Amino acid sequence: MTVQPAAEPILRIDHVTKRFGGLVAVDDVTFDVKRGEIFALIGPNGAGKTTLFNGITGIFPPTTGRVVFQGGEITGSPPHRVAALGIARTFQNIRLFEYMSSLDNVRLGQHCRMHAKLWDSLFKTPAERAEEKRVTDNAIELLKFVGIEKYTHVYARNLPYGSQRRLEIARALATSPALLLLDEPAAGFTPQEKVELMSLVHKIIERGITVFLIEHDMKVVMGVSRRIVVLDHGEKIAEGTPEQVRNDQRVIEAYLGKQH
Amino acid sequence: MGTIGEAVRRRRSALRSGLTGRFLDLGLIVVVAAFLILLATRVLEHGPSFFLQILTFAIANGGIYALIALGYTMVYGIIELINFAHGDVFAFGAFLSASLIPVFGLGEDKPFGVLPALALLGVFVVTMLVCGVLNVSIERIAYRPLRHAPRLAPLITAIGMSFFLEGALFLWKGPSNVHYPNVLPSAGFNLFGAEIGTKEIIVIVTALVLVVALALFVERSRLGKAMRATAQDRDASLLMGIDIDQTIAATFFIGALLAGAGGTMYGLYYNTSVFDLGFSAGLVAFTAAVFGGIGNIYGAAIGGLLIGMIQSFWDGYFESAWTQVVIFAVLILVLVFRPTGILGMRVPEK
Repeated sequence: MTVQPAAEPILRIDHVTKRFGGLVAVDDVTFDVKRGEIFALIGPNGAGKTTLFNGITGIFPPTTGRVVFQGGEITGSPPHRVAALGIARTFQNIRLFEYMSSLDNVRLGQHCRMHAKLWDSLFKTPAERAEEKRVTDNAIELLKFVGIEKYTHVYARNLPYGSQRRLEIARALATSPALLLLDEPAAGFTPQEKVELMSLVHKIIERGITVFLIEHDMKVVMGVSRRIVVLDHGEKIAEGTPEQVRNDQRVIEAYLGKQH
Repeated sequence: MGTIGEAVRRRRSALRSGLTGRFLDLGLIVVVAAFLILLATRVLEHGPSFFLQILTFAIANGGIYALIALGYTMVYGIIELINFAHGDVFAFGAFLSASLIPVFGLGEDKPFGVLPALALLGVFVVTMLVCGVLNVSIERIAYRPLRHAPRLAPLITAIGMSFFLEGALFLWKGPSNVHYPNVLPSAGFNLFGAEIGTKEIIVIVTALVLVVALALFVERSRLGKAMRATAQDRDASLLMGIDIDQTIAATFFIGALLAGAGGTMYGLYYNTSVFDLGFSAGLVAFTAAVFGGIGNIYGAAIGGLLIGMIQSFWDGYFESAWTQVVIFAVLILVLVFRPTGILGMRVPEK
C-alpha cells in the first residue's frame, strides 16, 4: 500500500538564500516537497545540499527566503522546535549518542513526545512507568523496523557502520516525524547495502512519512525518487522526473563538465 | 598514508602506551600505599577515639566539598567550561544565608527545635534558589553569547565573573573574616570516646540527601536525560527536540542549588566566611572534581569526599600548614598517573 502524493506540499522552500560572508552557499532556491513522496536533492560536492538541510532544520537559518512546513512558516525556528513540529533528520557524518545503547538512542528520540513530569520520574509513578514501557516498546519496534534489533543493548559506537546509519534513521523516526530528511543515507555503502537502504526508504513511505533525501550518487536516487531537484553551486539547475533530469544539458555539465 | 610500516609503528606505540599505562597505575598505587602506611603509624600512635573524631570531621568536610565539586563537574560535562565563578556562587550562598538567618527569626543561643529547624529549611531553600538564579544569570551574560566562540573566550569571561563576584562580596562585608551565626545545637553524643556533634550529623545527612537527589534526577528525569544527551552530542540533541539553551541553563541552576546549600552548610559548620572563600574552597572543590574525573557526577561526589578527608586527616595527623600543598600534590599525582581521574571518561564497553 503506497500513500498517493497529495496535491498540497508538505514543505515549501521559497526563494531561500544562504550567505556565509561573501560566499553564496544557497542561491535563491525554490521548490516544493509533496506529501507522501520520496523527494531527492542531488548535486555535486559543495552544491549547497547540506546547507539547505541546515536551513530547514534551523541549525543555520537562511539569510533570506521562507521555509514553510505544513502550511506554517518555520524560517529561523530553533532546531528543537522544528523537531517538535515534525521534521526529523539524519546527518551526513553519523551523529549518534556513542556511549548509549541503541535502545537508549531510540528512546531518546522520543524525548520531545514524552510528558512525564519531574515528580513522576523521581518517584516512578504508574503514569511514568506506562510511558516508559510505551517508549521502550516503540523503540524496540523501530529497531526491528530498520533491521538492527540484534544490537538493541550494544553501545552505538560499537555497531558496524551500516547499522549505525540504520540506527540514526530509527532514532529520527522515533521523533514521530511527518517529514524525514536523510542526508546521504547511502554514503559509504556497498551496492548491495544501497539496495537494502532503498527498500527501507520505501517502507518508511508506507508509514505515511514523507522522505526528502540528499544523495550524491545519481544512480541510487534514480531508482527511488519520482521527483528530483538538482543543485549546483547553490543554484537550482533542474527539477523533474529522473528521465528529465538525466537528459538535462546543465545537469550533465554539472556532473561531467562542459563538452568542448 | 596507509603503509604497512606505519601500521606496525602505530601498533607498537599502542602496545607501549598500554604497558606504560600499567606502570603508571602501579606507581600511583605505590604512592597511595606509602601514604596510607605513614598514616596508619600515626593513627596507631593517637588511638582509636581520635581517629573516629577526625573521621567524623573528615566526612562532614568532604560532604561540603562534594556539593561544590558537583557544580563544577556538571557544567564541565555539558559545555566543557570550567566555571570559575562557581566557587564564588558558593561563597555568595554563605554570605546570603548569614544575612537570612535573622530574617527567619533564627539566632545564636536560641533553643533548637521543630520551628527553628523549619526556619533553617527556609534559609536553605531561599539561598539555593537565589544562587540558582545568580548562576543562570552568569551563564546568560557571560557564557551564552560565547557559545560558538573558541573555548578560551568563555574561560576568560569565567575568570572575570569570578573576580566580579569576589569584588561584590568584598564591598558587601569587607576584607576580613565575617562571623557566621552559630544556630545549630552544639550538643552531641559520645561514641567510643569521640565527640560526634549534631552539627556533623546534620551536615553529613544533608550532603548525602542532596547528592542522592541529584543522582536520581540525572538518571531518571527527562531533563536529566536531556542533560546527558546534550553532553554527548549537542547538535544531535537539538534535532531530537531538546532545547539546548534551556538544558544548559538548567544545569547551571542545579549546580548552583548545590553550591548554595554547600555555602549555607559551610557557614553553619565553620561559623565563619570571607569574601574570597570562593577562591580557596572553589579551587579545592575543582581539584576534587578533577580528582574524581571531571564531567562525571559520581566522580565529583567521591572526589569531593576524598579531598575533604585528605584535608581533615592531614590537619589532624600532620602539619596543617602543609595541607594546601598536599591537596595540590594529590592533584598533580592524579593528573600524571591518571589524567582522566578516578571515574572520568572511562566508559565501559559492552
